Amino acid sequence: MSRGALLVLADGRFPAGGHAHSGGAEAAVKAGRVTGAASLGDFCRGRLHTAGLVSATLAAAAVLGVDPVELDAAADARTPSPALRVAARKLGRQLMRAARATWPSAELDALAREFPKGAHQPVVLGLVARAAGLGAEDAAYCAAYESVSGPASATVRLLSLDPFDATAVLARLAPELDLVADRAVEAGRRVVDEGVDALPCASAPLLEIGAEAHAAWAVRLFAS
Amino acid sequence: MIATGVRATARIVAREDGRGGTALPVLEGDGPLALRRTRASGSEARVMLVGAMSGPLGGDHFAVEADVESGARLRIGSAAATIALPGQAKGESRYDVRLSVAEDGELHWLPEQLISVHGSDLHVTTRVEVAQSARLVLREEQVLGRAGEEPGRLTSRLSVRVAGRTVLDQELACGPGAPGGWDGPAVLAGHRAVGQLLVVRPEFTREPVAARMLGEHAALVPLAGPAVLVTALATDGLRLRRVLDEALASLG
Repeated sequence: MSRGALLVLADGRFPAGGHAHSGGAEAAVKAGRVTGAASLGDFCRGRLHTAGLVSATLAAAAVLGVDPVELDAAADARTPSPALRVAARKLGRQLMRAARATWPSAELDALAREFPKGAHQPVVLGLVARAAGLGAEDAAYCAAYESVSGPASATVRLLSLDPFDATAVLARLAPELDLVADRAVEAGRRVVDEGVDALPCASAPLLEIGAEAHAAWAVRLFAS
Repeated sequence: MIATGVRATARIVAREDGRGGTALPVLEGDGPLALRRTRASGSEARVMLVGAMSGPLGGDHFAVEADVESGARLRIGSAAATIALPGQAKGESRYDVRLSVAEDGELHWLPEQLISVHGSDLHVTTRVEVAQSARLVLREEQVLGRAGEEPGRLTSRLSVRVAGRTVLDQELACGPGAPGGWDGPAVLAGHRAVGQLLVVRPEFTREPVAARMLGEHAALVPLAGPAVLVTALATDGLRLRRVLDEALASLG
C-alpha cells in the first residue's frame, strides 16, 4: 500500500465534485443554526458522530470486501431523506468517474455497471480505496474527514468565515476523527462477520429535515 | 437495595376470527406491563398498554411483542406516557419492541410519549417486520426531560423491514454521555421533543408520495420502499403530537 495514494484521494482538489455540496451547512446557515466558528464546530461534531460514522463504516466495510450492493441498500435504509439519497448517488457517480481514470480496476467497472446512476458515495469510496491499494482504516479516515471538511469549507463561503477559524475547527475535531475512524473499522469488521445490520445507523434529524428544506429552494449556492 | 432490575415481556397475537373481526388468542401482560382489550372498531381489535409500575428504572428490561397474523387488524395504544427513570440498580435499562404484520394484516402502534428523565439511561430498540401486502402505522415520540429539566441518556433504534428488505434503520442518541454534537445544529439544536411517524402501505409502490416540509422542523419523506417517514422536532410533546397527527391525516 502507498500512503501517497491516501493523500491523493483525501485531497479536497481530487476532482470528485465534493466542492459543490455543503453537507447540510447551507441549510443550517440559512436557518440561523450556524452563525460562526463555534456553531460550525458543534455542527461538524454532530455530523461526524452520525452521518460521518455511518459513511466511514460503509467505506471500511467496502474495503474489507462486503458486497457493495448490500452496503448500498443499507445506506438507503440509513438515509430517509430522498434529497440526501440523490446527493449521495450523484457524489458516488462523480467519484467513480474520477477514480476509474486514476486507479482503473475491474471492481470499479463492475460497480459502475451495477449502478449506472451512481452508488452511495461512501460505498464507492471504499472500493476506490481498495483499487488504490489502501486499507479499511484509510477509507474510514477519508469518509470521516469528508463529513466535516465539506461543511467547514462551505461555511467559509456562506458566512465569509475566516478560513483560519474554519481550519481551526477541523483541527480541534482531530481526536474525535480518530475515535470515529477506529469505531468505523471495528464496526466494518463486524459487518464482515454479521452482515449489514451490524452497520451503525446513527441519525441526525436536522440534517435530514434541513436537506429536504434545502432541496425545495429555488436558488442555492450548493447542491446539498 | 434491589440488585437487579425487573424483567418483563408482554405478548399479543392478533388473528382473523372468521366472522369479520380480529381475535386476540394471546394477550399476556407481565408485571409492569399490563394489557387491556378495549372496544373493537369494525374489524380492528384494540389493546391498551397500561403501566402497572413506574419505569423502566435503571437495570429494568421491558419487552413488548406483537404479532398480527394474516388478515388481522390491531391497534395498540398506551394509557399514559412511559417514563424512563434512574433506579437503584446500576446500569442502563432496556425497552425492546418487536412487531410483525403478516400478509393483508394491519397494525397501528401508537403509544404515548417516552419521557427521558434526568439521570435515566434507556436503550429502546424497535424492530418491525411487515409483509408485502401488510399495512403499518407506527408513531414514536421522545420527550427529553420533564419540564425545565435536563434529559437522561436515551438511545433509540428503529429498524423496519418490508418483505424482508430493510427500508429504515436509524438510531438517535441523546443526553449526557451521548456522542458529541447531539444537541447542536446538525442534530437537535435544543429541541426537547423528537418524533417519527412511519406509514407502510403497499399502494405507495404504485403511487409514491412526494417529499414535503411540514413547517420548519419537520419533513415527510418517501423511503426507498413502500413507506413514508415523518421526522419532526418540536419544543414540547404537545406541539410534536400536533405535527404528527396532521401528517397522518394528510396521508388519508
